[in-house]
Amino acid sequence: MQIFGRLSQEQIVFGLAMLLCLAFAAALPGFLTTNNLLNLVRSVSILGILGVAMGLVVIGRGIDLSLVALMAVSVAWTLHLVAGGMPLLQALAIGLAFSLVTGAISGWLVAYVEIPAIFATLAMGTLIYGFGRYFLFGLDVVYMPEAAQALLWYGQGTLFGIPVPIYMFAGVCLGAYLFLRYAKSGRYLRAVGDNLLAARITGIPARPIIVLQYVLSALIGYTAGIVTAASVASMNTRVAISTYVYDVILVVVLGGIGLSGGKGGIRNVIVGTLLIGVLLNGMTIMDIQYTVQSVIKGIILLTAIVIDTILNPRDEQTAQQGDI
Amino acid sequence: MRLLKTSIVAATLALTAGSALAQGIDDPTREPYYSSFQGKRVAYVPVAMGFDLTEGWAIGLKEALEPLGVTFDIRDPNWSTDAGAQAITSLIAEKPDVIVVHNPDVQSYARLLKKAEEAGIYVVQVNMRSSYSTDAFIGADYVGMGEQIGERLVEKCSPANGGSGKVAITQGVLTAAASVYQMQGIDNVLSKHPEIQLVSNQAADWDATKAKNIAATVIQQHPDLCAITGFWDVMDVGTAAAIKESGKDVYLLTQGGGNKMACDGLNNGTYSEVVVYFVPGQARDMATMIKQMLQLKQAPGTTKTTLFTPLTFLTKENMTPSSCWSLPGQN
Repeated sequence: MQIFGRLSQEQIVFGLAMLLCLAFAAALPGFLTTNNLLNLVRSVSILGILGVAMGLVVIGRGIDLSLVALMAVSVAWTLHLVAGGMPLLQALAIGLAFSLVTGAISGWLVAYVEIPAIFATLAMGTLIYGFGRYFLFGLDVVYMPEAAQALLWYGQGTLFGIPVPIYMFAGVCLGAYLFLRYAKSGRYLRAVGDNLLAARITGIPARPIIVLQYVLSALIGYTAGIVTAASVASMNTRVAISTYVYDVILVVVLGGIGLSGGKGGIRNVIVGTLLIGVLLNGMTIMDIQYTVQSVIKGIILLTAIVIDTILNPRDEQTAQQGDI
Repeated sequence: MRLLKTSIVAATLALTAGSALAQGIDDPTREPYYSSFQGKRVAYVPVAMGFDLTEGWAIGLKEALEPLGVTFDIRDPNWSTDAGAQAITSLIAEKPDVIVVHNPDVQSYARLLKKAEEAGIYVVQVNMRSSYSTDAFIGADYVGMGEQIGERLVEKCSPANGGSGKVAITQGVLTAAASVYQMQGIDNVLSKHPEIQLVSNQAADWDATKAKNIAATVIQQHPDLCAITGFWDVMDVGTAAAIKESGKDVYLLTQGGGNKMACDGLNNGTYSEVVVYFVPGQARDMATMIKQMLQLKQAPGTTKTTLFTPLTFLTKENMTPSSCWSLPGQN
C-alpha cells in the first residue's frame, strides 16, 4: 500500500488504460494495429481538445459549462454565413469573434459580477444555444456548404498517414502546455486557481486572469468546433443540449485535474482522453450494446475515482473548500 | 326562311344557356366544408423543430390548413421528452381540436395520447408511432421497410452475388419506433439468410459524430465490410465520412424524408442509396385525415386509421430532379 500510495490519479488512470489496452490486445484480434490505434486517438481527439479547454478553466478554479454550446453555435453560425455567400475567411473571423466575445462575457460574469462559475456558465450555455437557434440560424443541423470545403481537410485529411485531428489535438496540447509552463499569465492562472486571495495579495491581476480563462476556453472550443464540423461535414447544434459537456468534465477530472483548482496539467487531460478512447474503441469492436456500454463506462470511471480516493485521501484544503 | 328560324332558335337557346351559366349553381357541399374548419385549432408536437422532417411537416400542414381558417400551433419540446409530455398535458387542458404528435419513443406519450382522445381531441401520429394507436397514424411501415432493407442487403452482399456477406447497422435511439420496428423487419429477413453476418449493430443517438466513430471502428475491424445501413440520412453524413476516409468501397444504405440534401448526397457519392418516405406527401396525408375527421365529427378514438407512406429506394441512377424537396430558403 505504501508504494501505491505515492501513485497519483494520473498514473492510476494511465495504468488502467494500459491494462485495458493489454486485455483488448490479447482478446481482440485487430485491436493492436497501427490503423486501429490511429483511429482510436482520432475518435477522441475532439473530446481531448475540449478537455484541454476545460482543463485550463478548471486549473484556474472555474468550470465552463457553456463550452460545448458556444462551440456548436459559433461554428454553426460560421457555416451558415458561408452558405449565405460570405467569403470563408470573413465568416471564420466573425464566428471566432463571436466566440471570443461571448467567452469574455462569461468571464466577466464570473470575475467581476462574482457569480459562481457553475451558475454563470450554465446560464450562458442555455442563453447561447437559444440565441443561436432563434437569431442566427434556423436549423438544428447546419451542413458544410460547398464554399467551405477547404475546411474539410482539418477533419478528414491525413498528413504522413496520420489523421489531421490528431495533429490538432497534439498542437492544442502543446500550446496549452507551453502557456501553462512558460507564459506569465499561464503561471498566474495556476496561482489564481490555487489560492485566489493569496494571488491577489501578491499583486496578480486576478480578475483579468479569470476573464482570460474563459476567452481561452472559447478559443480552443472554436478550434474543436471547426474540427468537428470538418470531420462530419456538418455541425449538429443538438450537442449543445446533450450531456457532451459532462463527458468533457469527466475526461478532465478522471485524468486527475482536481475541481478545487490549481492542480494538474495537460498530461492529465491526455491520460483521461486515452482511457475513454480505449474503452469506447474496444467496446465498439466487441459490438457491445449501447446501453450496456454506458454501464461498463460508469463502472470503470467509478473504479478509477474510488482507487484514487483510497490512495490519495482528501487533504485539509479540499475538505475546507469543497470540490466545486 | 328556314335558315332564319333555325338561327333564331339557336340564338334563343344560346342566350338562355348563357344566362343559366352566368347565374351558376351553388355547390351544396361548400358551405358545410368551409364551416367545419372555421375556428378550429390544430396543435403540433414534434420531437424538435429545426430539422428537415419536422419543418417539412409543419410547412405542409400550415399550407393546407391555415387558408381554411384553422389555427396551427407548434409546441417545440426540442428533443426533451419531458417537455413534450408537458406540452401534451397542457394541450389536453386547452382542448384544441386536433393534436399532431411525433413520438420520441414508443412508450413515453402512450397514456397521454389516450387521455387526449378521452378529452375529445383527435390525435394524429406521424412517422414514429406510440404503442397506443390513435385516430390516425401517417408514416412509414417500419417493419416492412426493415424487411425491404434486409432484402436489399442480402441482394447486395450475399456471397452468392459476390459480396463478403458482412453488414453493419447504425440505429438512432434504441427505443424509437423507427429503430425497434425496423430491427424487427431486418431480423425477419436476416434470420433466413445465415450467409449474411451482422458484424455490428450499434446506436448513435441520431448524431453524426457518434455514427462516424462507430463506422470507422467497424470498417477498421472488418476491412471487407460490404454494407452499412443507417437509420437516418442526417446522422449518416458521419457514416459516409468514415467510409470516405477509409477509402474502402462500402455500400451505404440510409433513409430519410427525401429532403434535397439526400439527393445532393446521392449525387456526390455520400450515400449509395436512400430509402425515402416523402415528407410533403406525409404532410398532405395528415392534412387530409384532419379534414376528414373535422367533417365527420365522430367522437375521437372511435376509428383508427393507418396510412403507410409509400417508400422509394432512390439511387443516383433512378433519381430525378423532382425526387427531393427543399425547405424555403434552402438552396
